Amino acid sequence: MVISKKPRSQNHYPNPNFMREDRTEMSEDDDRSSPSDSVNTIDSCSNKTTSGSTSGSGPSSIPEYQAPYPDQVLENVLENVLCFLTSRRDRNAASLVCRSWYRVEALTRSDLFIGNCYAVSPRRATSRFTRIRSVTLKGKPRFADFNLMPPNWGAHFAPWVSAMAKAYPWLEKVHLKRMTVTDEDLAVLAESFFGFKELVLVCCDGFGTNGLAVVASRCRQLRVLDLIESEVSDDEVDWISFFPESATCLESLIFDCVDCPINFDALERLVARSLSLKKLRLNRYVSIGQLHRLMVRAPQLTHLGTGSFRPSEDVAQGEQEPDYTSAFAASKSLVCLSGFRDIIPDYLTAIYPVCASLTSLNLSYANINAEQLKPIIGNCHKLQIFWVLDSICDEGLQAVAATCKELRELRVFPIDAREDSEGPVSEVGLQAISEGCRKLQSILYFCQRMTNAAVIAMSKNCPDLVVFRLCIMGRHRPDHVTGEPMDEGFGAIVMNCKKLTRLAVSGLLTDRAFNYFGRYGKTVRTLSVAFAGDSDMALKYVLEGCPRLQKLEIRDSPFGDAALLSGRHHYYNMRFLWMSSCKLTSGGCQQIAQELPHLVVEVFNHEFDEDMGNFVNTLYMYRSLEGPRDDAPKFVSIL
Amino acid sequence: MAFQRDGDLNLEATELRLGPPGTTEEPEKQTHPTTTAKCNKRSLPDMNEESAGSRTNNSNVSNEKKHDRTSPPTKAQVVGWPPIRSYRKNCLQAKKMEAEAAGSGIYVKVSMDGAPYLRKIDLKVYKDYPELLKALEDMFKFKVGEYSEREGYNGSEFAPTYEDKDGDWMLVGDVPWDMFMNSCKRLRIMKGSEARGLSCAV
Repeated sequence: MVISKKPRSQNHYPNPNFMREDRTEMSEDDDRSSPSDSVNTIDSCSNKTTSGSTSGSGPSSIPEYQAPYPDQVLENVLENVLCFLTSRRDRNAASLVCRSWYRVEALTRSDLFIGNCYAVSPRRATSRFTRIRSVTLKGKPRFADFNLMPPNWGAHFAPWVSAMAKAYPWLEKVHLKRMTVTDEDLAVLAESFFGFKELVLVCCDGFGTNGLAVVASRCRQLRVLDLIESEVSDDEVDWISFFPESATCLESLIFDCVDCPINFDALERLVARSLSLKKLRLNRYVSIGQLHRLMVRAPQLTHLGTGSFRPSEDVAQGEQEPDYTSAFAASKSLVCLSGFRDIIPDYLTAIYPVCASLTSLNLSYANINAEQLKPIIGNCHKLQIFWVLDSICDEGLQAVAATCKELRELRVFPIDAREDSEGPVSEVGLQAISEGCRKLQSILYFCQRMTNAAVIAMSKNCPDLVVFRLCIMGRHRPDHVTGEPMDEGFGAIVMNCKKLTRLAVSGLLTDRAFNYFGRYGKTVRTLSVAFAGDSDMALKYVLEGCPRLQKLEIRDSPFGDAALLSGRHHYYNMRFLWMSSCKLTSGGCQQIAQELPHLVVEVFNHEFDEDMGNFVNTLYMYRSLEGPRDDAPKFVSIL
Repeated sequence: MAFQRDGDLNLEATELRLGPPGTTEEPEKQTHPTTTAKCNKRSLPDMNEESAGSRTNNSNVSNEKKHDRTSPPTKAQVVGWPPIRSYRKNCLQAKKMEAEAAGSGIYVKVSMDGAPYLRKIDLKVYKDYPELLKALEDMFKFKVGEYSEREGYNGSEFAPTYEDKDGDWMLVGDVPWDMFMNSCKRLRIMKGSEARGLSCAV
């Protein structure tokens, strides 16, 4: 290739104070900065959105072999080649080769991923990347989902949408997670992007059905409107009626979280004129009778989220009901089922005809027991993703283990999310799953009691585990058979699961567990800790031992300033650190803020906490190119 | 009996409670799940005084266990724990409430003539009169006799009665079950002559 003219490829400038060497194994999530190189900071690569650069990629720090004038032929060739690179990670690497590659990569990148909306400003992102078609933005950290973050903290979509409105008129896709989006933002979006195709809002808030109506009516090319676990206010607007009257391009319409009544007739007509519709997830205001009508209209659906799985109240008892089973039988393409809100379990057998082809089944809103589950799950041989409530008990999980040999992802949610409730699932269910579902990659399991033995068994039986999240709901609860801490179980997971990237721990855990994490958790990127550990050593083990760690969220654990400071070598490699109700003081937080100027160190304290003296309630810190944000509310201090 | 704390006695080491050895029960503070402003306040003093997960029982005396020891302490739920999104909690909460038929159970006091204690039952748990009566029989160790519309309860010196919304005392079984559930305010198992009087009522 002609590019051999440029002899230098990647430059690794070991800089232990700031960077890790092993860039080539950088995960997709890994965004890095080069805070030490001011030239690059202003000019080019130190942009969170792609990779960091080392000191190696800018012209100022290495003698460069470069022609005095840009080689247009070379750049054209590069452009045509680089447009085939789709993976973010590959593009990040390519952009580091030299200025030319950096420039061309920026021109050819079409998907912009920003893992922390405050790590980089809209202006910086839009100046570097000028031809973006798709934007993914993530805002608040995950613990915000559990009321640990005061409201109005930030993560506003507004500055982004207005910057993109000017920079990316050809923008097609916007994917937001944990951002605050207003109706006005949606209006700007709808007005600014003519060919807009996909809007996906996950765990977002701030908007209502007014905003949806604007999107529906203005985005004539809309293919995907997915609202997932977002808070949508009911503005009493019949937004479904705002879709174009003519045939639509809709391929996916997900609105199960929009908790307000909809105009069903309008929805039925919409489905009838949306011939490309493949994914449809209804909210609970759609009854099973209405579902039937929709299924008859759209037998081509591949993903279906039912509404309320029961007749509406105005259906008299004993009245002739449609044949739901036939409707399912006719939907030959269905591979993914969800919904089942307010289920009357007797109706569940209607899905029987599709069980054998299902790859994904979400029963996590369906209060059913093992007996009701068995006839269904017994036929789900191809099932790969299964979400369920613990109402099925260990016995139900045993049935899953017996049939679902292809299972990749399991999530067991508690029907009674309190610490003291009777737990219907336990180590028995976990053990059964580990024995039956050997291909398991991801598990989220809520329970009241657990044993090390079962967790160890899973670590050995399921070597492909990538995500292991076990939530023993009673805080500090030990192995209920041996009385021991859960150290050995979680230790075995990091030891035996060589592909593990995400870990969430619970139960009684001592520093020993964290020692295991530091020793063996070499691939872990995300770690969630709650009510665990004995001392600063625990956090030190992790910060010193886990080179890939990017997201660390800790609550209610006895880690103080010394532990915080011990991670200084690593924080620029991380997306964020969250520590709430730990033992941090403002002194410690100040110190880390001073030592690492490219970290934004946010501290939340409330007036009531004055009697806490020096202790910091919540620390949320993240690397950023922009310095302190200007939209922080009063209760946030940025150090 | 409120738990007395004396600085030196370390009463906790000798206290009787349920739970495996080595766990310290975190003192609960009232939490307000809806207002997040206060959300983290409650646990920080605990964290300062005693390390979480500590296996010694020498938990700091300054954090008194304020709750009453007479009844098993229902823990105030810690904010954001277990980590379930409120969206999901609300959905399931709504379901639970629906499962309990729109609202919490219908709790009524039950007294029996001659018995020193009152009991409380949830009427929603029973689906008809025979179930309810059987439960009452078991609870108070008596037999209720044969019910007939005309004669009330025959063959027993007890008669189950209830006070309805209007304050009138009625014989259990006279009205349809649903109506009974909606109007019953409390139950009384009458004994002796009063019972007979009701049985032979108009």
